[in-house]
Amino acid sequence: MSLPADLRDLYQQVILDHSRNPRNHGQLEGDCLHAHGDNPSCGDEVDVWVKLDDAGAISKILFSGQGCAISQASASMMTQKIKGKSRSEAASLTEDFRRIVTGDGEASDADQLGELQLLEGVQKFPQRVKCAMLAWRALEQALQNSEA
Amino acid sequence: MRDWTQIRQEFPILDQTVQGAPLIYFDNAATSQKPTPVMAALDHYYKCDNANVHRGLHELSARATDAYEDARAKLAKFIGAGSPTEIVFTRGTTESINLVVHGWAAHHLNSGDAILLTEMEHHSNIVPWQLLAQTRQLELRFVPLLDDGTLDMEAFDRLLDAKVKLVACVHISNSLGTINPVNEICRKAREIGALSLIDGAQSAGHIPVNVQSIGCDFFAFSGHKMCGPTGIGALFGRPKILESMPPWQGGGEMISRVTLEGSQFKLPPYRFEAGTPNIAGAIGWGAAVDYLNQIGIDAIDTRASELTTHALTRLPEVPGVRILGPMSSRGSLVSFALDVAHPHDLVEFANSRGLALRGGHHCTQPVMRRFKVPGTARASFAFYNTLEEIDAMIDILLDARKFFG
Repeated sequence: MSLPADLRDLYQQVILDHSRNPRNHGQLEGDCLHAHGDNPSCGDEVDVWVKLDDAGAISKILFSGQGCAISQASASMMTQKIKGKSRSEAASLTEDFRRIVTGDGEASDADQLGELQLLEGVQKFPQRVKCAMLAWRALEQALQNSEA
Repeated sequence: MRDWTQIRQEFPILDQTVQGAPLIYFDNAATSQKPTPVMAALDHYYKCDNANVHRGLHELSARATDAYEDARAKLAKFIGAGSPTEIVFTRGTTESINLVVHGWAAHHLNSGDAILLTEMEHHSNIVPWQLLAQTRQLELRFVPLLDDGTLDMEAFDRLLDAKVKLVACVHISNSLGTINPVNEICRKAREIGALSLIDGAQSAGHIPVNVQSIGCDFFAFSGHKMCGPTGIGALFGRPKILESMPPWQGGGEMISRVTLEGSQFKLPPYRFEAGTPNIAGAIGWGAAVDYLNQIGIDAIDTRASELTTHALTRLPEVPGVRILGPMSSRGSLVSFALDVAHPHDLVEFANSRGLALRGGHHCTQPVMRRFKVPGTARASFAFYNTLEEIDAMIDILLDARKFFG
């Protein structure tokens, strides 16, 4: 089957694997931070639960949700990468990720993004940026809730 | 027998490639494509006749007014209205429904009254009623759906009691394809003294529509879903009801006399058309009516059914496909879910092969919840589509299954 390269880049095997078998999937109980994110226009939903340790680093993170392969894979890959990060590290990782999926600037630390760089293919599909960013916006929201 | 190949050539937009593949446009329920005669009518109006209507005494204004009113008369005849004065021009079906909400319901319904809707309504026939119900303490009731995507008419009979003052129901569901028994619905509403509003966005121009035989009090429809331009629609209303309705928007065009102390208003339909209307849109829509009449609405209906039947026959060849909605008595669209791919991924994949499908909730979130799907992919057909395009869609879906599976 011949497919445009853009589409193959968008749906790489790693991304499809994360969407089929999401990591860190579930719901945290007890004292934790939580935020819900959705894209009303397409109906994608994601919930992110975060637990911070005494130093303020992310010690546990789980997500649940339903939506397209991009939104669910991005959420799954995010939870793997974000665990153990401090609040400021999480913020700069989020900004770097936003840059690579929108194509709006270069990542400040591409190595740190690691596997997440596979989602760079979203750049060619501007309507899907909101899918890739869904879980990240929820994470930001959850962390902001804790500051309030 | 119509020459559908020749008819297709009157839609120049279809002759192009998308992502390197021939365009297959299966998003007709969102908006139809426009034939050359409609574009020619718009072009002619702006090149030769453009002027404001109903006000000028000069030649161009007279021509523009004649063409605008001529379009109203064509539409009245097209849906079997008794007179052109029963046709109010609006921006589209949504505004037509809102005109019933603000022009009729807001003045006739009181606390405790009920409005009967169905669970398959487009958001445009739910949200305006919710907004009114909140401020007026009205009760909204919804006819539930059976598993085959048809209305539960036994429940309809139970829900339709003396408290119900209006029944508002979609003619053809844009997400399930269901053709509702609108004649029966309107008759039963009338028997208990309730008014009826039919959302005809997906039916007008697709199947024969006659508001007299349907027996509805209001019928809302749009130009752009029946080969006309966007931004123009209409509300049919029974003359006595339209006459009982006060204006809903004030401005020029709708008054007979204005003093600083107060104003008197024109008779319907002009009372409801404040400001300069979408003159070109109405004229283009009139040209679309001429075009559809020339092909014949029965022939269009038969052709679309042939395409839909072919899609319903072939879709089950794709493993993991679940078709929503009834398998017969269906409009020319098919909503389906594929087990291995979310609708948005499926639509993205289809787009990469030149196939325009729609994916999502189709502005009918309660329907998606009812059938426990996050959304569906929808293929909606028009008479200018071909059986070969449907075969190509099946090949693309089989490839999508391999890709995502």
